[in-house]
Parts: sequence; C-alpha cells; structure tokens
Amino acid sequence: MSHDHSLNPETMPNEPEKATLEGKNKFLGFWFFLGGETVLFACLFGTYITLRNSTAGGPTSNELFGLELVFIMTILLLSSSLTSVYAMYHMKNNDFKKMQLWLGITAILGFGFLACEIYEFTHYIHEYEFTFRSSAFGSAFYALVGFHGGHVTFGLSWLIAIMIRNAKRGLNLYNAPKFYTFSLYWHFIDVVWVFIFTVVYLMGKVG
Amino acid sequence: MSIASAQKRSFGAVLWDYLTTVDHKKIAHLYLFGGGFFFLLGGLEAMAIRIQLIQPENDFVSAGFYNELLTMHGTTMIFLAAMPLIFALMNAVVPLQIGARDVAFPFLNSLGFWLFLFGGLILNCSWFLGGAPDAGWTSYTPLSVTSPGHGVDFYVLGLQISGAGTLMAGINFLVTIINMRAPGMTYMRMPLFTWTTFVTSTLILFAFPALTVGLFLLMFDRMFGSAFFDVTLGGNSIIWQHLFWIFGHPEVYILILPAFGVFSDVIATFSKKRLFGYTAMVFATILIAFLGFMVWAHHMFTVGLGPVANSIFAIATMAIAVPTGIKIFNWLATMWGGRITINSPMLWALGFIPSFTIGGMTGVMVASVVADYQYHDTYFVVAHFHYVIVGGVVFGILAGLHYWWPKMFGRILHEGMGKLTFWTFFIGFHLTFFIQHFLGLMGMPRRYWVFLEDQGLDTGNLISTIGAFFMAFGVIVFVVNAIYTAAKGEKAPDDPWDGRTLEWTIASPPAHYNFKQTPLVRGLDPLWIEKMEGKGNMTPAEPLGEIHMPNSSFLPFMMSLGLFIAGFGFIYQVNYNWAYILLFGGMAITLGCMLIRSLKDDHGYHIPKDELEREAD
Amino acid sequence: MKGWMGKLRAICLLGLTALVLSACGKENLTALDPKGYGSDQSLYLIILTTIVMLFVLAIVMLVYAIVLIRYRKKKGREDYVPKQVEGNKTLETIWTIIPIVLLLIIAVPTVTATFDLADDSAASDNLNIEVTGNQYWWHFNYEGQEIQTSQDLYIPVGEKVYLNMMSSDVIHSFWVPTISGKMDVNPENENTMYIEAQEEGVYWGKCAEFCGPSHSLMDFKVVAVSQDEFDQWVEDMQNVDPEAQPEDAVAQEGEELFQENNCMSCHSVGSSPAQIGPNLTNFGDRSQLAGVEDLTKDNLVQWITDPESIKPGNKMTGQYPEVSEDEAGKIAEYLLQLQPSEITPESAGNE
Repeated sequence: MSHDHSLNPETMPNEPEKATLEGKNKFLGFWFFLGGETVLFACLFGTYITLRNSTAGGPTSNELFGLELVFIMTILLLSSSLTSVYAMYHMKNNDFKKMQLWLGITAILGFGFLACEIYEFTHYIHEYEFTFRSSAFGSAFYALVGFHGGHVTFGLSWLIAIMIRNAKRGLNLYNAPKFYTFSLYWHFIDVVWVFIFTVVYLMGKVG
Repeated sequence: MSIASAQKRSFGAVLWDYLTTVDHKKIAHLYLFGGGFFFLLGGLEAMAIRIQLIQPENDFVSAGFYNELLTMHGTTMIFLAAMPLIFALMNAVVPLQIGARDVAFPFLNSLGFWLFLFGGLILNCSWFLGGAPDAGWTSYTPLSVTSPGHGVDFYVLGLQISGAGTLMAGINFLVTIINMRAPGMTYMRMPLFTWTTFVTSTLILFAFPALTVGLFLLMFDRMFGSAFFDVTLGGNSIIWQHLFWIFGHPEVYILILPAFGVFSDVIATFSKKRLFGYTAMVFATILIAFLGFMVWAHHMFTVGLGPVANSIFAIATMAIAVPTGIKIFNWLATMWGGRITINSPMLWALGFIPSFTIGGMTGVMVASVVADYQYHDTYFVVAHFHYVIVGGVVFGILAGLHYWWPKMFGRILHEGMGKLTFWTFFIGFHLTFFIQHFLGLMGMPRRYWVFLEDQGLDTGNLISTIGAFFMAFGVIVFVVNAIYTAAKGEKAPDDPWDGRTLEWTIASPPAHYNFKQTPLVRGLDPLWIEKMEGKGNMTPAEPLGEIHMPNSSFLPFMMSLGLFIAGFGFIYQVNYNWAYILLFGGMAITLGCMLIRSLKDDHGYHIPKDELEREAD
Repeated sequence: MKGWMGKLRAICLLGLTALVLSACGKENLTALDPKGYGSDQSLYLIILTTIVMLFVLAIVMLVYAIVLIRYRKKKGREDYVPKQVEGNKTLETIWTIIPIVLLLIIAVPTVTATFDLADDSAASDNLNIEVTGNQYWWHFNYEGQEIQTSQDLYIPVGEKVYLNMMSSDVIHSFWVPTISGKMDVNPENENTMYIEAQEEGVYWGKCAEFCGPSHSLMDFKVVAVSQDEFDQWVEDMQNVDPEAQPEDAVAQEGEELFQENNCMSCHSVGSSPAQIGPNLTNFGDRSQLAGVEDLTKDNLVQWITDPESIKPGNKMTGQYPEVSEDEAGKIAEYLLQLQPSEITPESAGNE
C-alpha cells in the first residue's frame, strides 16, 4: 500500500481532515482538548472576577483600559478567524495555494493582534506602573489576558511551522488534519477573546 | 505464538524497547512499575507517620519532617501511585475489551507515561534538595505560599508535569473508546471497566485544568512575585481552595470509578452471571460523575461560605449516595443466584463491599454540615477517605491486578500468597482505620505531629499503628508474589478464569497487534455468548489482512526530560541566574521535540499478511 | 479448664468495659459528651446519621451474608451455569427510592441546624470577642471591654458568645469539640460563630487547620465560669495597671530584663492592642505554658532560652537577644506573678 496520500481533484474525499482513522482521532481528540482548555480559561475567568476590584490602591480597571485599542484588537482577531475559515474552505476544495494565502493573512492579522497586546501591556507598565506584581488585580489581569496572548503566540508558531513544512508538497490526507486542527484552535482562541473583551474590558469600563 | 518465539534479548535492547515503546501493553507495564514503586514509597511514608503516632508526644521524627512525610504520603499515593496503577489497568485492558489493536494516540500515550514519571521524580528529588513539600497534599494557601525553602516549588512543578500527562491519557482513552471499538461493540455492550474508564476520562478532562490553573497561580505567587493569594495586596487565599477542590473532588471519582469497573467485571466473571442491571450500572456511573462536579464545596463547610451554600452542597453530596447505593445492590444481585468462585481476585471484590459501604456511610455522615463541623479535618475524615480510597481504590487495583495479571504477563499470581496478602491487608486495614473514626470524635485533628499525653487518645493510636504493620506485611507478600510469579509462576492459558469479555479471546500476553482479525461482537459479554452457543471463540469481522502499526519513538521521553530539566530551572531561577540555562535549555528540548513531532512525517508501518499467516502456525 | 475459661471471660469483660469507657475520650476534649449548644446540635446529627446509615449497612450485610452462604460454588455442581439475569425494574426502583427517603430524613434536620448555627442576628446584644489565630497561639480581644488576653478564653456559662475570627498569617481553625464544632480562621475575611457552654469547666481547644510545624501544639483553653465569676474576672482584668511594680525583688529584676531585652516590642501587659506575640496580662493565671506544657518555672525558663525546643517553627526564636539561664529565671519570676484575677481555670473546676 502506498503511503503517499497526495490528493488530486478526482480522488479527494469530501472532508480530507477526517478521511483517515488518524485524522478522525485527531479531530475528535482536539475537540476534547478544547473542552479541557475551556475549563482552564473558566478557572482563570473565575479568578479574575473574584480579584478584579482588589487593586490594593493601584489603578482600577476603569482608569486603565482604553476601549479604542481593544476594539482594534477585537477586529483583528475576529477577522483572522474569518480568514482561517476561508483557508479551510479552500482546503476542502483542494486549492492548496489559496489555502496557504488565506492562512498567511490569518498569520498577519494574528501578529497584528499580538503587537497591539504587547503595546498595551508596556503602556500599562510604564504609564501606570500597573504590573503583574503590583496588586491581586494586576496578577489576575495579566494571568488571564497573558494566557490568552500565550495561546495566540503558540498558535502563530504552530501555523508558521506547518505552512513552511508543507509549502512544497501540497495537501494530502496526512497533513490535512493538521491544518484543520489548527483552525479549530484558532477559532477557540477567538471565542475566548470575545469573553475577555466582555468580562475584562467592557465590564471593567462600565461595571 | 509470539512469546514462544521471542528470543532472549540483551538488557540494553529491552531497555531501549521500553524507552521508545508506544504499545499500550508495554506502557501498562511501565505504569505498573512506576506506580508500584511510588506506592511502596508512599507506604514507607505512611509507616513512618504511624510509628511517630504509636505513643503520645513521640519524637521518632521532627515536626518539620513529619509535615513533609504527611504531605508526600498524600501527594504520592493520589497522584503517583493510585492514578498510574489505574492507568496501568486501563492501558492493559481497555483496548483489548473493545477489540482494538491499539489506542487512538499511541505517541501521546507514551508521552503521558513519561510526563507522569518525570513529574514524580521531580517531586521526590525534593527529599535530597533541601526538604520535601510540607503544606499538605492540599497545599492550602497562604501556608503553601509562605512555606520556606523549595519544597512546595517541587510540589507545584512535579504535579504540573505529571498532571499534563494525566490529561493526555484522559483524552487518549476518550477517543480510543469512541473511535476504535470493534464492529458490533456498541456503547451499551461495552464491559463496565471500559465504561468507567470512559467516564473517568471525561472527569479527568474537565477536572485537571482546574488544578493546572491553581498550580500556575501558586507558582506565580511563589516564584514570580504575583499576589493572587497575598492578602496585603488584595489577594484571596480561598480561591485556591475552590480551584483545588473543583479538581480534587472529581479526582476522588476519577480514582474510584475505574475500581467500580474492575469489581463489576470481576464479580460477574466469578459469579458466572451477567452483571445485574447493566443499564442502571452505566447510568449510575454517569450520574456519579455528573454530581461529582457539583459537590466540591463540601470540603469547605467550615470555611465560612454561609448557610445557603453549605446546605446546597450538603444536599448535592448526599444525592451521590443514591447512585452509589444502586451499584452496591446491583453487585449483590449479580452474586445472588450465581455460582461464586472465591479466589484471590474475587476476595478483594468481596472485601470491598463491606469496606466501601462503611466508607460510603461515613461519606453521607460528613455531608451533614453541622455534624461535619465536628468531623472536619479530624481523624474521622482521615478514616472516611481511607475507607473509600483504600477500601475502594486500592482493593480495586489489587483485584484488577490479580485478575488481569495473566493477561498482562502470561503468568498467574500464586494463589496462596494472594490469599495471604488479602487477609493480612484486609484485617490490617480495618484495624488501622476503623478506630480512627473515634479518635476524630474524641478530639484528634488530622495532620498532628504529636498528640498530647493524657488526652484519651493513646489506645486508639496504638491499635491503629499495629494495624498499619499488618497492611505493610500484606504489601510485602504481594511484592514477593510478583517476583516469585515472574520467576516460577504458572503459565497462563488464554482464558484462565472462564471469562466473558474480549480480552480473554486472545493469547496471554497478547501479540503486539492484539487481534489478528478484528472480532465481531454480538452482544454484551461477547465471549460468553460464543461459549453458550458452543463455539468458544469469536467470529472475525474482517478477512486476514495486513495490519497498520505505529512506530516507536524516543521523542516522548525527550520531551518529558526537557520539562524535567526546565522544572529545575523554574525552581532555582529565584535564587540563581544559572538556572535560566536549565529553564530555557529544558524548554528548548521539549519544544524542539514537539516541532520534530509536528514536522516529521510518521506513517507507522504495516505487518504483511504472510507474516501473520506464518505466526498462526 | 473451667477456671481458665472464667479468667478469659473476666479479661474480656474488663477489656470491653475499658474500651467503652475510653471510647468517649477525655471529658474536656471529646465531641461525644457535649457540654455546649453547638456540640449538642452536632451530636444529635451524628447520632441520627449513624442510625440511618447503620440501617443501610445492616441490610447490605444481610444480603451479603446470604449470598456468601447460599451461592458459593458447591461440590458436585461445578458445571452448573446460573441463569443470566438482565435486571429487575422493581428491585431497581426500590433501591433507588428507599435511599432517597432515607437521605431526606437526614437532609431536613441538617439544613435546619445549618441555618440555626449560622444565625448571628443577636450578635450585637451579646458578648463579642475578636479572635485572632496566629502561628501558633490564639489571641482574644473582648470588644468594647478593653481586655486583651491570649491562650485562655474566659466566657460566662449559659450565654451565647460571638466570636469574630480572623487570622494574622495562615489559615487556622477554631475548635473546642466539647462545646462547639469548628470554624476556619481566614486571613482575608472575618468569620463569625457563636459558642455557648452549658456547664462550667475548662474545655480544650485545638487548631484544626494545618498551619505549619507546630500545628499540633496550637492548643488553647476555653474557661467557662459562672456569670458572677466572669464579671469579677472582667473587672480584675480592666483594673490591671501595666506599670505596676512587682513586690518581689527578683521579679522586679525580671521586669527590668523584660524591658531591656525588648520583649515589649512583641508582647504586652495590659489592654494595649499590640499583638505580635501573645498578650501576657494574666500569664500567671494561664492553665498551661504555650498551650502544651505545665506552667512551671523550669518550663518557662526552657521556653525563654530555647522556644524552638517546645514549639518548632514558632515566631519568637531568634527575635530577641540571647538571655542566660539566670536572666531567664528572673524573667520567669516576673511573668509568673502576673496574676491579676482570683478567677482562674481552677475556678471553673473540672481539670
């Protein structure tokens, strides 16, 4: 039996990411993993909500947050989620070049988000002396938002790695699940950000 | 058969085989040896604790060392002994019970084991590096934050690393059971041990992340100066208790449910009867798991959460008694009208029923809030959870080991020594822990280095210590039995117990691909069905064809080693700059291995059909 | 033969009596012989739940015994194959419904008692005491009374006393089994519980939340005295003059040493709120030294020269200049004569 699962338009199954048992396992396993990640973020959210008013005399959320930057970040990340959907659409149509193109745009948007976040953090640290160590609120804020940022960073490295690795050989049944699980991961990060936007920034500004 | 043809290999070859294996059966052996080693270590710590408490104001160990012992005893027994031993059984049995050739993620399976082992090693390195953690296995803040030295740091890193391994194992079993069942093996035909593994894995998936977060927060507070639990900066130490018990209570069910599964299989087999009320048993398992997530605050009745929260959690806790009771009665009904063979695996199941019923009773008693104001944090609670965890989990592990030993190693454990282990351990267990209920009510809080003279606590503690020696003797006999069996034990046939489920249809131990042809399952207890119809073996569901197998890999070992090294980096970067080399170096090894894993194609290999045909002869 | 049997029976009986007697534990410590409102409530629930649960255990053991006697593999029937029963709906329903009923029997009084013991609506009409847990000692501040004391908590018998509890370091738990269940003492929020002793006596209290090396040595006492005696004690304590010179010459020297060695930076005599270390106002009246040793001069000298040998991990070790045994003896003389009140643990009887 041949191990070359390269696809051509004639033999391509409908859902290349789930065409093999390994692919199916990876797909299901990754969903479970995201279930666990949900609990992880839920715990961080719980911690944040408990400690968000424990400023120990330092700046409060209302004084710190500016919604303009956060709005831009939200747009960046939400559209990157959309572009990764396009990429998966092209994967299912076996159009490798367009998939890579959209994944590339996803990466650029992701880096844009990350840059904004780094700017935001340095701004808080230098302008307000609001750090990870300054109060329980600071610890909880940087832990929650930082964990999310860490996930974005990991996701971007992962994306770049599989894009470069597969740049020359195109799509096959072995790497399709890898691209697909990445897109699941990216959507998850996006959903978490929506909650961060609501719970941390909107509630911090209004509540 | 494969073992008959196996050549004598050099020690190096065997070692390399085990270091790189992704075969679930070998990983089961690794879990058994790793978990067994830590079980003996935890037992040694328990003996030191009991010797210290043999008489009032004893000075066998110092106060600080005693606290290290009690912390390490709890942590070791829960995370490094009970869980891995259960994973040993799961790995050895679950793929066989569902007619699969391997687990869904063989690579992750191996990674899970090495993470557990290196996590356990990091934790125990603390003994030699300035002292073990001393804030209790629950590590309540702020005591754990202010605990001097690096002990608690080792706790944090060790559990974080081994916890990651556990999470992987959980996901692995979930996907294995969902995707890799043999044709005809519907959910409601799965043996109870597989069912409980499935439900336990769900619990692991949703409970362990809470511990992960808790450990991260503790790590940040201890090593990076954050203020989650620092009251002066607005922190709140109760957060830790919530996070810990949101994990910790499901953890109890993570341990006990697989034991329930073992007993269900063992009791059905040795009663020669189908499990009574199979459907009820499955739903009771699911219900216990579901309720298990809503009761964590019953560990916190005295924290001051208020009467409303306390009442809600009390009632939710009591509700768990209902599905547990259903299980007890179903086991009794399974034996009723059966033909009970009493041998060493069955003895553990029979010993379990009264022991666990007492543990369950006291469980309902501690759920009664106002009564718990007296029980909480006393020896009553110590007695309660040892009745549940020793009387339930350890008995279950030992029943499972005696039952599946032939399948795992191809030899049957010595029956006489098995019975001796049971009787000494069983008597010692009740002697040690029954009296502790009363010690608690007589005013002895748990985690007491000494109890004072003339407070009426002497006799009870003496009896308890005597019991502990009986238990230790039982364990030693078991170890002797295992060694004796490896050297001179009786060779096991494929089906030594007249079994009912798929694992007994293949060789003991099975070939590395388990099933030459995937079996066709026609109902619950598939082998029993075939036996009753006079066939005695399974109908294949597929023609003989080549078998796809995963490649061995050294990467899991290296990834775990990288985290092990990075762990030391995290711990020592507080004092020394050179530790950053360890931190970044270790992380580089791990992430590098992950990158290799992601980028290097690994398609596995195929066993050709003619080779399989040759082996048949 | 008969004599031997008789002896055996006598020994068994004796052993059984000893066991029953010791089964309840020490009267000042056990939760099984309650002398307070809270412990009464607890014991009632303990007994209720035990009875219900023993009923369940009895049924399980009965079925278990029948199964083991009747259904073991028998000679001559080795090949018998039992009927493969799937289940039984009626039975399943029975063993689901009956436990639910039993649990309701437990749940209702549990909830009632929980709300009863958490009711602090009458707190402002009663004696309020601020309790502070410290590694490894207890501090008591009688709110609005200008009384500070440590280790021995004096309360009037037959009256609800509200304890407002907080920790200065790690979590502790306040537990006096004979008069009340326990309540955690947290560093970030105040927990309130009330205790009510129904009989005069000295009750032994223990820390029930793991708090460090000397967790097991963090004992304290609750001294329940009659209302009159309590009023007397309050008056005596309020009249303490912290500046008063001891009469005894050695004790006077001791007082000077006490001041020279900076003991006052942590300890205080009188009602000043400073409390890094235990308040020593009525030190000489204490029932015990450091909660665990007899209050004798020798023990006190040992404590002053080497507190670590009595309470490992205590916060006093190394915090003061080294004192010679002789100096420690003088300080001990000073401390032991701090006996402002006639009302002492002995007045409460039973110890």
